Amino acid sequence: MNLILFTFIVLLGFTSYYFGRKKAYSIQSTKKRLTALPQFYGYYLAIWCAIPAFIIFSLWAIFEPTIVKLLILSDYSNQGYLDDELNLIYEKTKALSRGQFTGEITPFIKASAEKYLSLRSIAQSSKAVIVLSIIIASVAYAYKRISSNSRTREPVEKFLNAVLFTASLAAILTTVGIVFSLIFQTIDFFKVIPLFDFVFGTHWYPAKAFVRDSSEALDPSMYSDTFGAIPIFAGTFFIAFIAMCVAIPIGLMSGIYLAEYASVKVRQYAKPLIEILAGIPTVVYGFFAALTVGPFLKELGTSMGLEVSAESALAAGGVMGIMIIPFISSLSDDVITSVPQSLRDGSYAMGATKSETIKRVIFPAALPGIVGSILLGVSRAIGETMIVVMASGLAANLTLNPLESTSTITAQIVVILIGDQAFGDPKTQAAFALGMSLFLVTLCLNIVALRVVKKYREKYE
Amino acid sequence: MKKIKAKDVDVFYGKKQALFNISLDIEENQVTALIGPSGCGKSTFLRCLNRMNDVIDICSVKGEILINDFNINDKSCDVVRLREKIGMVFQKPNPFPKTLYENVSYGPTIHGIAQSKQEMDEIVETSLKKAALWEEVKDRLHEPGTGLSGGQQQRLCIARAISVRPEVILMDEPCSALDPIATAQIEELIDELKKEHTIIIVTHSMAQAARVSQNTGFFHLGQLIEHGSTDKIFKNPDNKKTQDYITGRFG
Repeated sequence: MNLILFTFIVLLGFTSYYFGRKKAYSIQSTKKRLTALPQFYGYYLAIWCAIPAFIIFSLWAIFEPTIVKLLILSDYSNQGYLDDELNLIYEKTKALSRGQFTGEITPFIKASAEKYLSLRSIAQSSKAVIVLSIIIASVAYAYKRISSNSRTREPVEKFLNAVLFTASLAAILTTVGIVFSLIFQTIDFFKVIPLFDFVFGTHWYPAKAFVRDSSEALDPSMYSDTFGAIPIFAGTFFIAFIAMCVAIPIGLMSGIYLAEYASVKVRQYAKPLIEILAGIPTVVYGFFAALTVGPFLKELGTSMGLEVSAESALAAGGVMGIMIIPFISSLSDDVITSVPQSLRDGSYAMGATKSETIKRVIFPAALPGIVGSILLGVSRAIGETMIVVMASGLAANLTLNPLESTSTITAQIVVILIGDQAFGDPKTQAAFALGMSLFLVTLCLNIVALRVVKKYREKYE
Repeated sequence: MKKIKAKDVDVFYGKKQALFNISLDIEENQVTALIGPSGCGKSTFLRCLNRMNDVIDICSVKGEILINDFNINDKSCDVVRLREKIGMVFQKPNPFPKTLYENVSYGPTIHGIAQSKQEMDEIVETSLKKAALWEEVKDRLHEPGTGLSGGQQQRLCIARAISVRPEVILMDEPCSALDPIATAQIEELIDELKKEHTIIIVTHSMAQAARVSQNTGFFHLGQLIEHGSTDKIFKNPDNKKTQDYITGRFG
């Protein structure tokens, strides 16, 4: 029903565009000069169609459920029901009307469900009638109003401005919403677990918090030594460090090669090939790390007399580094290529060789961009989940031995939220606390990155 | 005394020939101006003299260019040493994104000229003085070179070029991005520099060529139409094309 109505409104929009333009053409044919191109007259009418439709739809979406609920529950008023019970009755009514109610059907509820259905259908048809009549009225009004000297360009431009603004507002509001959901859950978490224990505790064992009877009262003492985040923070930074040890040198060197040394032909093939690396899903990297690199490292280590875990930080970090190579290589290639040729010429003309030019002129000039690409790589490394989950194990060991298994913030969030979970449970809230810390870390990284870039800009521009 | 002798130089960009059979001798410690309409090959010829055309993949140079009677197109020529001897100043000022000091000390550093910090300080100071920039910048040597005005930047680039005491300085339209006052300063500087250096300048401004140069070469469509003393070229050219160009009838 809604879909049909919507289609109809869209068709109406196109029709009003057509009529608006047609009227503009007919004005034009009388040798009068228009204030805007004929299309603007069309768009203008289409906007007169879209805005009322949007307003009515929004109002309906806001008020219809409330009004229907009030009408249904008015039958039950003065019978001494509590608010919760009334809500339950309403939910039962809705479920029954959809045919999804499985409990005992009382005559009361049955009557309510029928009433609910009839109210809904009345609401739907009245909505259709109101929307269509208002749209037609507004379009007709606007159609009559447009003349050779009416202003249509400005409203159309303003409307576009508003639409684009709304789009960016939606993105910003979503971000804010996510941050707030993180904040509130995190605050709840820290009501049970002291901040000090979380930040400085060295034992991370969230499963311990779950093995309990749900009816049991929350006893903070049982969570002591359970949510100490140091091991997973250490693991996160450690694995990211290993990844960057692989990604920075290889990525940077291949970026420099592509930008400065490679012939046009080599570059033409090599660059897309490297960028393919960025297109591989991380889960594929994950099983490459878990099933190929991990066992290989274990065998290699064993043959050298080292004890290597099959799931090691080295395997996960190394493969993660390979995953990040294309980011650094491609971005630094772009940055280096955009250094003006005149600087290269200036350096060559002084008798500098290619490597001297790169080291002394190109690299410093491109540094802000290169630092930016590296920090982007670091935040990828810290946020990467799948490779760690698959290749570095889920046990949060506090270790600096790359051959042992360790775990990261992201992997622990996965562990916590897989399987059974209850809201309001510290174990679930721990995931939010971790997400919040992760967010703070990447936020700081971004701020640092921006500052570094800005500092160099100020110095050299 | 002939500093540079070019014999039958041809230059190709891919299959397209840009210079045809150029033979031109350059006098030592004088200013030679290369004039001609846009795209006539004068900059290309200039870039042959310090092998800057090597940087362009598709560019190939044939013929002999003798500098101090040594063919720089020979395989045994060391481009790094060549460019130490032949400095270059570009059309658009291109200071490096480094401090003023680092800009001027760039050449001496890569050629290992200065033995000590003190010596380097001296080189930087003399170069900036010779480029008539010292008084304006002596208090901010450690600020970025890109913060200077256009004319100052160009003089910084000249200081950078003369810091390694080159025998020849190539200037590719050094004033085309500058205002008249900065242009006058650079021209004055060129006059001063020719005492110690041989200067070859490409310019679009006939007036500039007349003001600063002792010799002039006129290029047209990749050919050297005429060359000789500036006086003769401007007052009594042999070739009609030269006459037309000088008097502004084309180009």
